[in-house]
Amino acid sequence: MSGEAGPGTSGPEIDGPETAAPRTGNPRTADPKSGGLEIRGLEVRYGPVRALRGVHLAVPRGAVAAVLGANGAGKTTLLRAVSGTLRFHRGAITSGTVAFGGLRIDGVAAAAVVRRGVVQVPEGRRVFARMTVAENLRAGALGVPGRRAAAARERVLELFPVLAERAHQRAGLLSGGEQQMLAIGRALMAGPSLLLLDEPTLGLAPLMAARIADTVRQINAQGTSVLLVEQNAAMALALAERAYVLEVGEVALSGPAADLAASDEVRRRYLGVGMPETDRPVGTDLGPGHEGHERLERHERTRLARWTA
Amino acid sequence: MAVFLELLVNGISVGAVYALIALGFVVIFKATEVVNFTHASLLLAGGYVIARLHPLIGFWAALAAGIAAAALVGALVEFLILRRAHVGSRGVLAIVTIGVDILLTTELTRQIGTEVLALGDPWGDRVLRLGPVTVAETRVVALAVAAALIVAFLLAFKFTGWGVAMRATAEDAETAALMGVRLGRVSLSAWAVAGALAAVAAMFLCVFPTPGLDRGTTAAAMKAFPAAILGGLDSTTGALAGGLIVGVTETLMSGYQSELAFLGRGIGDAAPFLVMIVILLLRPSGLFGTKEPARV
Repeated sequence: MSGEAGPGTSGPEIDGPETAAPRTGNPRTADPKSGGLEIRGLEVRYGPVRALRGVHLAVPRGAVAAVLGANGAGKTTLLRAVSGTLRFHRGAITSGTVAFGGLRIDGVAAAAVVRRGVVQVPEGRRVFARMTVAENLRAGALGVPGRRAAAARERVLELFPVLAERAHQRAGLLSGGEQQMLAIGRALMAGPSLLLLDEPTLGLAPLMAARIADTVRQINAQGTSVLLVEQNAAMALALAERAYVLEVGEVALSGPAADLAASDEVRRRYLGVGMPETDRPVGTDLGPGHEGHERLERHERTRLARWTA
Repeated sequence: MAVFLELLVNGISVGAVYALIALGFVVIFKATEVVNFTHASLLLAGGYVIARLHPLIGFWAALAAGIAAAALVGALVEFLILRRAHVGSRGVLAIVTIGVDILLTTELTRQIGTEVLALGDPWGDRVLRLGPVTVAETRVVALAVAAALIVAFLLAFKFTGWGVAMRATAEDAETAALMGVRLGRVSLSAWAVAGALAAVAAMFLCVFPTPGLDRGTTAAAMKAFPAAILGGLDSTTGALAGGLIVGVTETLMSGYQSELAFLGRGIGDAAPFLVMIVILLLRPSGLFGTKEPARV
């Protein structure tokens, strides 16, 4: 899977606001050969503000893909478009398609997206603070039948034994790292085929961040695809097979994660290489840079006004 | 002392009925963050169906029909009006519910006219004597039923999947949706449950010593509103406490009206609102309400 250029990674020339066709005019099924997530020509607006434009992205079945980008680049908006939660923020997909397993999921309600096997761990964890750990896990399984929930619960507690110890504690009283484990565990209760992770290491101590990264690896090894949105580029590139760099709402750069990690531009802008040694983010020691990253796709971008949430 | 005890027992039983109504307010507020002013008309609808049907099908069947009808009206209001009202603010939705309430109440009071409708309950005007205290049987039944319903409801809220979905939605609707909770269903069920509780409350508000269901019954229902507010609009425990406080206050103030003549007539009706104002001045979120977290 690694290094395979998905069909959705071509330049943004396919779609623009002027060529936007009504979504209902598109076939209900997308490219069936991937079986994973396929985003094509996605444009998202919050009222008059365009947050994403012409975004193409693919997460093949069983793969880990990463989306990098600064604050306001549109990373969270991208996940909202997949998970069907744009409407909570008065946003809407104005053109393009999102498909999972060959079926369109754009315009589908969030709960229905969960039933199709796509579950998001929201940014900032957002555990149900007034409920216990056990109740949070139960809430994660509300969208699936009971017998599947029991099996999922076993898997989650095996992955995060601390959640079993804290089962009857209020989730709001857990530490940041434990809350992140709970948020991931809660999402796994629905038995997802694709897990969307929004900044899972934000605000965590380096040791805990590394632990979360290990967990993501384990979850993927058990067969769940992962779309990881991260500001911690070093961690994301180490985990992912393919990565996308978002800049002001458009994919600026995409390619195999290893090549992106080696690219001077990414090293300078996202990995802190070239910065004084002490200012570098933790875990960015990537070894000597190599220049062989001709597999990267650079995308011509039109200038957009910077969007802020 | 006997008078005080009698008033207290009566106050608690009326308060338990108010708590049922307040619980409906709270359930809807928790699930949808909408303050539901339609509640009084849901109550009137339930009571009206019981009153009209009991001569035909008997009291118990009429009670079941009334509960079902009020639940259905609640669900319909949610499904046909609120779900389709694409307005941004919850405040506007609250005003929409005032409009719906006016429509429903106007039609129901037109149907009721000047009549006072009996509900055909089996308890009649029998009283129980417990030592020096005399209490209407209806009041004792009201207290028992309200307590049982509230306990059942609290247990369901805590332990069933429906309860977990409701609480998750109340805490963070977007994240609940991300977990696969169908928010539309949660909202619909909240309205239906509120309607059903209102119908039970309607029955107890209109039996002895009240002469029956009339156009003034909605005013009685509105007393549950200060109960819900002073308890904390998002707290089920608060609804229970608020209902009891309002019931006891109202009954005591009315019972000792002659001693409180300097306050004027009808102080019993005004007292719940005075208590609400005092409590809100001291605790702006109500007794058990969640403090609105500051958004930064």
